[in-house]
This record gives sequence, structure tokens and C-alpha cells, in this order.
Amino acid sequence: MTAIPRLGGSSRASGWDRATDSEKDPALIPDPATTEVPAELREQIEDAMARYPERHSAAIPALHAAQDLHGWCSPEAIEQVACVMQVTPAYLDSVASFYDMLETSPVGRHSVYVCTNISCSLRGADALLAAVSEAAGDDPEFNVRAFECLGACDIAPMASVDGVYVGPLEISDVPQLLEDTRAGRPVLPEKQLATRLVADPDANSQEFPAHAVEEGKR
Amino acid sequence: MSDALLFKDIDEPGLNTLAVYEARGGYSALRKALQLTPAEVLEQLEASGLRGRGGAGFQMGKKVSFLPKGSMNKYLVCNADESEPGTFKDRELMQKNPHLLIEGIVIAAHAAGADRSFIYIRGEYVLQADILDAAIAEAREAGLIGERILGSDTTLSLVLHRGAGAYICGEETGLLDSLEGKRGNPRLKPPFPANQGLYQGPTLINNVETLSTVPAIMQMGGEQYARLGVQSSTGTKLVSISGHVQRPGNYEIELGVPSREIIYGLAGGPPEGSEIKCWFPGGSSSPVLTPAELDIPYDFDSLAKAGSMLGSGAIIVVDEHTPIVELALKVAKFYRHESCGKCTPCREGTNWTVKMLERIDNGEATPMDLDIMASVQDHIIGNCLCVLGDAMAMPIGSMIAKFRDEFEQHIETARMRNNLTLTPAPADEQVLFAGGSA
Repeated sequence: MTAIPRLGGSSRASGWDRATDSEKDPALIPDPATTEVPAELREQIEDAMARYPERHSAAIPALHAAQDLHGWCSPEAIEQVACVMQVTPAYLDSVASFYDMLETSPVGRHSVYVCTNISCSLRGADALLAAVSEAAGDDPEFNVRAFECLGACDIAPMASVDGVYVGPLEISDVPQLLEDTRAGRPVLPEKQLATRLVADPDANSQEFPAHAVEEGKR
Repeated sequence: MSDALLFKDIDEPGLNTLAVYEARGGYSALRKALQLTPAEVLEQLEASGLRGRGGAGFQMGKKVSFLPKGSMNKYLVCNADESEPGTFKDRELMQKNPHLLIEGIVIAAHAAGADRSFIYIRGEYVLQADILDAAIAEAREAGLIGERILGSDTTLSLVLHRGAGAYICGEETGLLDSLEGKRGNPRLKPPFPANQGLYQGPTLINNVETLSTVPAIMQMGGEQYARLGVQSSTGTKLVSISGHVQRPGNYEIELGVPSREIIYGLAGGPPEGSEIKCWFPGGSSSPVLTPAELDIPYDFDSLAKAGSMLGSGAIIVVDEHTPIVELALKVAKFYRHESCGKCTPCREGTNWTVKMLERIDNGEATPMDLDIMASVQDHIIGNCLCVLGDAMAMPIGSMIAKFRDEFEQHIETARMRNNLTLTPAPADEQVLFAGGSA
């Protein structure tokens, strides 16, 4: 099968840069009798389906769960979700290819999303991304990528490391950031968004910010 | 602001738990609302004049009143997909005061007659989603959501739905498709979600901040709330300030204060020794304003009159050292990436705008290209199912209009630097279709 060259374009138009093998029959809904699904994943997907009036609504939670297990939305992962949800793999592929957090090719276990949108880039996010990419090098454990606005412009420039928001980051924080992640420690604890107080000085009465700082955590 | 409604003691330890929230009077607004009929609650919401805090600024009470009456499955969806660049206010609310949002949802659902509700939170907000999940479980346990809430006839289920990273899912119909388990493509309107929304049922969609304001309205009464702020922009608003300011962060302001007071007074203005070049008053989708426009009152109508918008209440300040072309390119690339690809003007328009800006950045453009680029923006606006394309076209258009000299100068400087002539030499190979590489 030769790849068909396509025009570069919107990232969300699936099939844009992927060739389709039109010789093959389209994949059908996988047969539960012959498809093996890990029990834990099956349970997670069934739980998700039970939460909605329509089972299709569970597509994103189910793909998240499968990705957690397989590392990415691999054909095998898609097959297993399709089997439990009783939908076609193509349907799930269409969903997985739309969303930035669902990976359609193999990636490192630890995700480092560096926000490079306006507010972060005004404060040096592009240099930060370059530094993180360089420091991570070709370590297969890491999935370093530029990400669109992560909704934390108050701690710009920032990154989301395995879902944990840290910032404002200096280039000098990068080695520690990667080291903490490798070691499975909380990443840059003093720079985590979770412990940050609101900027508005009038929001808190005198006693509360003091407590919050002492406890160090909400 | 001395009388914070949303941010009052927001950092009180344990506020995210039901015990602390109730100890300081939480859920008393819900108790009050459940004593009233849905029509009476709606009356309060309409009297408050509360306008949507997500971006469009539509009157919340009116939105609720659009839902058909009668017994049928109606839905309430809370839009927590906060992804407008520069916006991070809902994040702070959900992380620190999740029960305020839940209380607002139950009251609004009571007014709208909805019996099923969902919170669509962006997938990146892991911490906030975990906190909300715990708060929902607590509220369910305490009978604050579920069957016959607090012994009344009102029933409401609440499910937290985590997205997976797509700006377009903050658009209400894109959100609905995504919540139904599809790609987040926007739908044609009409029918509007109030008539045909989630699972084809009548649906009320509101932003986190809008719903979190509802308990305060029930407590103080709609009319009293309407005294805050200015006419047609009532109440308080959370403002997220970022970019080149000394104290970036979230602030609760009363609508109608001068923008200068927010940027300089609260956020400390740009760092010592630099001046503001331009500022986005309401997220990256809003047309930029200049320092000369800093005295505009920060409210919906005043900003609209100035040719921009309040949007999500996200101010991004850009200082004089930032090249405007670089800024425009950043904005355009974002919208190109986030375009769902359904409508041609947006899919192609965002793509071509990026290419033209890159040509400008490299000095390969002529000043005439600026006019072509402005016309591309004109052809996007109003021609798509949703406003994602418009959201790029408006700021880019405003940058070209307000900083045209700098664009032209940028082209000239880059042209000289890269040693380019204005009339390119004919290429050796005949280009049959230049779309891929231009």
C-alpha cells in the first residue's frame, strides 16, 4: 500500500495524511466470543457506559481507559473498546483522531505538555519547550510536545507533567522536572498549581491564606 | 473588591469539602430555591440580568426561559471546557469551590425543569476533575443531588464528563456532539440546543462561572444582584489576566470598572520600563485594543462599542517589545490547529492566513498581501456553522487595521534581511498545484 501524499492542513481532519487500504473489507463490530478484553478494562468501560443514557457517550472515557492500559490507542486497544461498546473500530478511530490527548501512535509513558499559546509564549514558552525537548532527548519514556492553551496563564510559562500543572518554569527547572518524573516523585512540588493561592488580594480574609500556606496543600 | 461573591475566602482550607462549604452557609440557597416554584426561581434569574460568563454574554434567565415547558427529559450541561487562550477562572472555581458550582447546577436545573445534568470538563484539568468527582460523590451521599432532592419533588442526576483536548468542544454544539461520544463538530443552528440539544432533547448549556453565580443570586435576590455592576452588565466578573503584567492571575471585579484599573491597579501593569503595545480584553478571540483604549469601562456593552468584546473575561497584555507579526502568527496557528475542518471558510481560511503570515514574516509578501489577508478574514466571518473561524478573523483583522505600519515595516525589514526582490524570478519547474508548499 503506497501512502497518498496529502496537503498539509487542519490537524483534526482525519485521514488527511493517512492512506486508506481500499482493498480491505471494512472492520466490523468485534465478536465478543473471540475478542479478549482484560477484565479491568471491560469493567471500566461498562461503568462508563452505565453513566449515560446513550452508550456511545462513553467513547472518550473508554478510550482514555484503554490508552492508560496500552499506552496509546493502538489497533488492539481500539478493538477491545469496540468489542465492549459494540461499535465499529472505525467509529472509535474517528473519535480518537480528533482529540489531542488521545494518541494514535506509540508515545512515551510520561507526557510533558508544554503550553506554547500566547500568554506562555510571551513569557518564554518556546525556549522552554526547546529546552525540555533537548533535555529529554530521545528518551523513549517521555512524550514531550507543544500543547495549546492549558488554562494556566497565571503560571506562565508552564507545563502539564503527567497531568500535574507546574509553573512558572525557568529553563533551570528542566533537569529537576525530568528527574522527578523519572523517579516517580511529585514533580517540582513547590511549583505545583495545586498549592497556589488566588491572586486577588481581596478574595481572602486575613486568616485563611495563612492557614493555606502552612498546610502547604488544600 | 470588598464584597467578593465568587471568590469570598476562596483559599479557606477544606472549602472543597461539603463540611466546610456547609459550615459557611453553603447549600442554603438551594434550600431556599427548592421552596420556590421553577417559575419563581426563573423570575429571580431574569431580574438579576446575569449574562453568560463563557464568551457570548447571552442573558442566562432568557436562555432558561427558552426551554419548552411540560414533562419530558430535559438536560442541563455545564460547560467546563475552558480553553479560550488566556482564560483560567473556571479552573480556580472548580478546584477550590466545587460545591458552589454543584449548588448552582441544581438550582438552575430546578428552574429549567431539567432532570439530568452533565459537567463537561476539559481533559487537561485532571486535578479539578478529581476534586469535582469527590464533591459530586459527597453531594450525592448527602441527598443534594439524586432522587427527590432534600425531600422536594426535584430530581437531578449529575455526571462529570472528561474531554480529551479540543478547543472546539467549548463551542456549545461541538460540546454536545463530543458528549454524545462523537468528534466534536459543531451543529447547524437552528435548531438551538434549548429545543434540540443533547440526545435531541431540550438542553440548557451554561458556563461554570455563570452557574456558580446562581447561588448568590438566590441568596441576595435578583434585583439586589442587578444593582452590582452597570446597566445591562450586572454583577461581578472573574477576570483572568496574563501576559506581560507583574501580577498575573484571577481577580473578581465589579463590571464597569475602567480597564486601566484592572491592568494597572490589580495586575500591576507591564514590568518596569516597558509599555503596553496592545491587549486582548476577552481572550485571544477578541479584537485587540491599544493603550489609548485603556479607559474603556470593562463591561459587555462598552467593549462591544469599542469594536471588541468582553468574551470570557481574559485579558492578555502584550508589551511593546513583542513583534505584532509574531503575535498574529501565534493566534492564527492556534485556530488552524483547532479548526474541526467541517466548514471550508474556516478550515482553509485559517490555513491560508498562517501561510500568508509566514510569508510576511519571511519578507516574501508585499503590502498588497495585507489587503488580501484582510479580505480572507472578511470571507470567514459569518460564513461558518460556529464562530471558531471568526474568532481568528476578528483579532487578526484588528491587528492589521491597527498596526498596519508595523506589518509593512516587518515585510520590508525581513525582505532586506533575506535579500529578496519584490518580483521573484520564475521558478525552474512549472508548479501545477502550489497548495502543498506555498
